[in-house]
Amino acid sequence: MPDGSILSDEFIRELINVGEVDILVGVPTQNDARTVGQVVQGVRAGLLKYFPRARSVIINADGGSRDGTRDLVRAASINDTFGSNLPALRTLHSISTQYEGPPADGTALHTILAAADLLQAKACAVVSPGSTSLEPEWIERLLHPVIREGMDLVLPVYRRHKFDGLLIRNLVYPLTRALYACSVREPYPSDYAFSSNLGTNFLNQDLWTQEQGRHGTELWLTLSAIVGRYKISQSFLGTRGRLEAPPSDLVKAMRETAGLLFCSLDCYPGAWKGAHEPLPAPCSGCQPAVSLEPMRVNRKRLHQMFTFGISQLEPVFASILSGPTHEELKRLASVPENEFVLPGPLWARTVYEFAVAYHRAVIGRDHVVQALVPLFRGRALTFLQENREASETEVENNLEKVCQAFEAEKPSLLQLWDGEK
Amino acid sequence: MQGFARFLPRVLEMLVIVLVGWVIAILLRAVARSILKIARFDKLSEHTGATQLLRGAALPSLTELVSRFVFWIAWLGFILVGISVLGVAGFDEHVATFFEFLPRLVVSLFILFFGLLAASFFSRAVLLGAVNANLPSPRIISWAVRTMIILFVLSMAFEELSISSRTVVVAFGMTFGALMFGMALAFGLGGKDLARRYLEKKFGSESGAVAREHEDELSAL
Repeated sequence: MPDGSILSDEFIRELINVGEVDILVGVPTQNDARTVGQVVQGVRAGLLKYFPRARSVIINADGGSRDGTRDLVRAASINDTFGSNLPALRTLHSISTQYEGPPADGTALHTILAAADLLQAKACAVVSPGSTSLEPEWIERLLHPVIREGMDLVLPVYRRHKFDGLLIRNLVYPLTRALYACSVREPYPSDYAFSSNLGTNFLNQDLWTQEQGRHGTELWLTLSAIVGRYKISQSFLGTRGRLEAPPSDLVKAMRETAGLLFCSLDCYPGAWKGAHEPLPAPCSGCQPAVSLEPMRVNRKRLHQMFTFGISQLEPVFASILSGPTHEELKRLASVPENEFVLPGPLWARTVYEFAVAYHRAVIGRDHVVQALVPLFRGRALTFLQENREASETEVENNLEKVCQAFEAEKPSLLQLWDGEK
Repeated sequence: MQGFARFLPRVLEMLVIVLVGWVIAILLRAVARSILKIARFDKLSEHTGATQLLRGAALPSLTELVSRFVFWIAWLGFILVGISVLGVAGFDEHVATFFEFLPRLVVSLFILFFGLLAASFFSRAVLLGAVNANLPSPRIISWAVRTMIILFVLSMAFEELSISSRTVVVAFGMTFGALMFGMALAFGLGGKDLARRYLEKKFGSESGAVAREHEDELSAL
């Protein structure tokens, strides 16, 4: 085993008792007592219903929960409310372990990958403990393409509110698509599946002591699969449950997404600089993925934080942005809220200039990423204004325009990167 | 005339030392420049924000600055040695003092440089943090952090040089104390609502109501 140190002796003993498996489902947790029981029951029901003959195991990698999450996982794997009359042809094992070190999604994934490698699992799925709308069918939709169609990575497509996942829609998806020519709607997945081939390759990468091995690791896995030209597909899972209080730490989210994408430009220059054939990522069962219920959104606050950021961070922006882009953003800051528009091309150019500033480390790299936050608020406001009354199709069209803007501006990134500008 | 004839060889010796010293100083500058370039010192300088600081002060790159410093220190040393050859009464003591002073000068410059870098880095970090947390007057907070670090660094540098060390330390203590007291008052009076909201959010039962008053339902991811 390449990295025995991540797994504790006790955990290895439990894994050895399980023996080889066909399917491993990982559930990373950290104080998720409110939702984890329901999720594990859904996973268990899915495995029993759709893969009754497969040797399966559920692995809970916990970051030191104090709210009884691990006990709930163990209880949920016995207490089955989804399908109490499902036939169990094989013992479905469920193991919970607490990994060492501070809680981090990357460390949890590392633990799950190491366990999958030890058990020689043919297919592995990871589900988020926050996926409260998880149905047993999700397990089938995620694992089926890996087991039956030979896919290496299966990413989810959810039906989400049109204003949900603004950072994914306005930055992560368009940037990933423009840079790496692969159109995956959720490059930073919370529920996904992968083959043993991709899992082992990813486990052996030298990233576990770096930032991308701790936070945003799922995005790095996607990028790694795209760059490695692995077989990728997408599965429509249905509506993604919304948390009662969505996480509001935008800086952390920006570090995990934009920070990692900027970092990937340095790591994989050959993959995004040259002209490559687009990597297909077919979507199975895809349906219109936008819902339109009313939502409480404070536009005024977004506008105020954008203008405040532009005025206060002027010296920081001066060292990151080109003169014309900076001037345009300053002009926008004086536009009233109801007329405010940060257009796609300007947004794409801004993001690319930030990527180059990150590459050149014109100031501390983390500071570059943090400085993007107020500007993203301006872009989020524009997205909200554009799609206020928009139908599903119009939202999709507007999203497509953002993606096209990123693709159209890509040559400017190449010029800046190579120092031609 | 005889005196001048006796003095001439010493003058020539001094000129030779100064000239050789100049050549050696140039060589040392070239060596320092090469080492710093191989070590990618400018990259480190850019990464820590020092380049911007120097650019703002219309100074050359850090590599160039350090190389020039090496040149001048080396040449100055040779000039002093050359002058000491003239046998001017009491000058040897000054030369010895200079060479004793040199390491302390280097250390204090080192402290000053990295202190200024730290001031620049932390003030920017505070500025970004304050803007993203939507705190009032981020520039003032950032300026206060920068000023405190610079004062601290200056007091350390002066202490290293033994220049009015007591006065500087006392002055620093007074200024730092005054700043802290002022900030404590400012936070206590001006930030009591912020502190209340924070504590309620962290520990209180009204957390949801108070926090959601200003939040919306947007989710970035």
